[in-house]
Amino acid sequence: MLAMNYRGPYRVRADHKPDPVIEHPGDAIVRVTRTCICGSDLHLYHGMVPDTRVGHTFGHEFIGVVEDVGSDVQTLKPGDKVLVPFNLFCGSCFFCQHELYGNCHNTNPEATAVGGIYGYSHTAGGYDGGQAEYVRVPMADVGPMVIPDDIHDDDAVLLTDVTPTGYQAAEMGDIHEGDTVVIFGAGPIGLLAAKSSWLMGAGRVIVVDELEYRLEFAKRWAQCEVVNFREVNDMAEHIKKMTDWMGADVCIDCVGGDAAGSIAQTLTGRLMKAQAGSSTVLHWAINSVRKGGNVSIVGVYGPTFNMVPMGNVLNKGLTIRANQASVKRHLPRLIEHIREGRLSPKDIITHRIPLEEVSDAYHIFSSKLDECIKTVLIPPRANEVRAVKASVLH
Amino acid sequence: METSKQVNPHSHQHDHIGHAHEHQNDYPMVPQRPTREQLSHIQGWGADLDHKNRPGIPMERTPPRFIHAHEGKLPQQPETVEILTSTERPGITPIFGTKQPPKGLSGMMRRLAFRWAENDMRHWLILLAADRVNVVEGIGEDLANGKVPNVLAEMGIKAEWEHNRSGLVKKAVIAGAVLGTAVYLMRRRDR
Repeated sequence: MLAMNYRGPYRVRADHKPDPVIEHPGDAIVRVTRTCICGSDLHLYHGMVPDTRVGHTFGHEFIGVVEDVGSDVQTLKPGDKVLVPFNLFCGSCFFCQHELYGNCHNTNPEATAVGGIYGYSHTAGGYDGGQAEYVRVPMADVGPMVIPDDIHDDDAVLLTDVTPTGYQAAEMGDIHEGDTVVIFGAGPIGLLAAKSSWLMGAGRVIVVDELEYRLEFAKRWAQCEVVNFREVNDMAEHIKKMTDWMGADVCIDCVGGDAAGSIAQTLTGRLMKAQAGSSTVLHWAINSVRKGGNVSIVGVYGPTFNMVPMGNVLNKGLTIRANQASVKRHLPRLIEHIREGRLSPKDIITHRIPLEEVSDAYHIFSSKLDECIKTVLIPPRANEVRAVKASVLH
Repeated sequence: METSKQVNPHSHQHDHIGHAHEHQNDYPMVPQRPTREQLSHIQGWGADLDHKNRPGIPMERTPPRFIHAHEGKLPQQPETVEILTSTERPGITPIFGTKQPPKGLSGMMRRLAFRWAENDMRHWLILLAADRVNVVEGIGEDLANGKVPNVLAEMGIKAEWEHNRSGLVKKAVIAGAVLGTAVYLMRRRDR
C-alpha cells in the first residue's frame, strides 16, 4: 500500500509499505478515504517528539471503510464507513471506565503518561497512522463510530480530532456567560475553540496569532476579535488593556511547543530542545488571565519539562486544565451542533492534496504557504467504494 | 468586530510607560460584559451555556457512555516483534503497535533508554539522540536498497518553488554563499 513515510526532521515521502494485518481479535483493517495533517503532526515532523522512528507513518485524523475485522469484533462489519477517534482506547481500564478515553492505560506499553495515538511515535504506542491507504484499527468495537448518512465526509474527518479538541479546550476553560476568552493560535484547533467558546456563552472571544491571513479567517469565520502578537509591545499587557486591566477570564493554549514570539523560548525550546518545546504561549496564558481565572491547554508539548511562571499560577490562584481530547464522549453533541448548523468544521479545509504528494503537503502546512489552514490528504484508493456503489446502482 | 488596533475605549490603552498617575477609579468594580442582545448575531451562541449540555462535565463519570465495552479481561496481543516497555508499568499492555521495532545502533540506544523511567531525563535524551542516529541509518538503508533519497523532494521543494519562489531563491543564494565561503577557506588553508 501507499503510505506516508517519515525519514527525519522536515523529511517525509510517500512510499510503498506492506498492508496492515489483524494482530489482535479486536482489530479491524480500515481503508482510508480521507486523512488530515494535524498541527500536532508538525511536532513530529520537526523532530520534537522523542522516539519518532524512521519509517513511521503519521496520521491520527482519518475516516474510511472497514475492510476486515478480527474474530472478537461485534459492532462493525466490512463495508461500514467509520470515523476513528485519534486516541486508541480499550474501554475497560480504570480511565476508560471514567470516560477519560484519551488516557487509556491498556494501549501504550512505551509510556504511561499518554495513551495510544495513531501515528504519533513510539512514545504514543508505536502504531502506524492513517496517512496511508490502509490502517490497523485496534479495539474496533470501542473507538470507531459509523458515520451517520447525513454527515459529510469532510465534517466526519474533522470530528476525529480537531473539532472535539477545540470543543474540549473551551470546555476545560469552564466558560460562564459573558466571559472573555483569549485563544492563542488561529490554526484549526484555535478556530474550533473560538467557535466552541461562543456555544458556551462567552461574551468576548479574542484570537491571537502572527499570521494575518489566519487572523482574517478567524475574524470572518469565528466572528471574534483578533490580535497579531507581532504588533503589540507585550502580550499580557495588551490583553489587560483590552479587558479593563483585569485580564481574561479564560486563556486557551492551542499552539504548544512550536510557538513563536520569544527569541529565548524559540532558542531553548525549538532549536536547542533544552526544554520540551517553546513555552511562550503558556507564559502568555498564565500572565494574561485574570486572578482566579482558568487556563486550558490542548497545545502539545514534549515529555520532558518547560519553563513556566509557576509562581504566578500560585499567586493568581489559577486553575490549569489540560488533556488529550476524549473524542468519543464529545461526538454525539458535536454531531448535533453540525446538524443544527451551529458548527461547520469542513469550512476550515483549504487544501486537498493526493497522498502521493505528501512531502509537499507537509511543507505547505508547516511553512504556512498558500494561506493554508487545514490540509486533507486523499489516498489513491479513497473512491473505490463509491465506484462499487455506482456499479451496483446500474 | 474589534482588532488589535481598535481597543475598547474602556480599556484605557495608552502609549505611556507605567501607570503611576492613574488612580483606582480607572478600574471597574465589575468587568463589563456584553448583553445577550449584543451577542444574538453569533450563530449558536449559548447553546451549551448550561453545563449539563457539555459532554465533558463532570470530567470523570462512570459508567462510561457511548462505547461498547469489552466484557472480561482483554485478550493479549501476541508479541511478534521486540516491544520496549516503560519501567513505570508492570509489563506489556494487552494492545500495542508493532511497527518499526528497534534495530541497529539506534535500537541499542533505545533499549538503553528504556532502562530508565519516564520520570528520568536520561530516558528522553537518549531517545532523542537515538532518533538522530536513526535518520542516518535511514539514509544508509535507502542506499543499501539501491535508492538514493531525494532529500530536497522529501522536504517539499516543489511546493516551496510554487508558493514561495523568492524565499527559495534567497535560501539558495545564502546556502551557496556559505558553501562557497567554506570551500574558499578550506582551499586557502590547504595552500
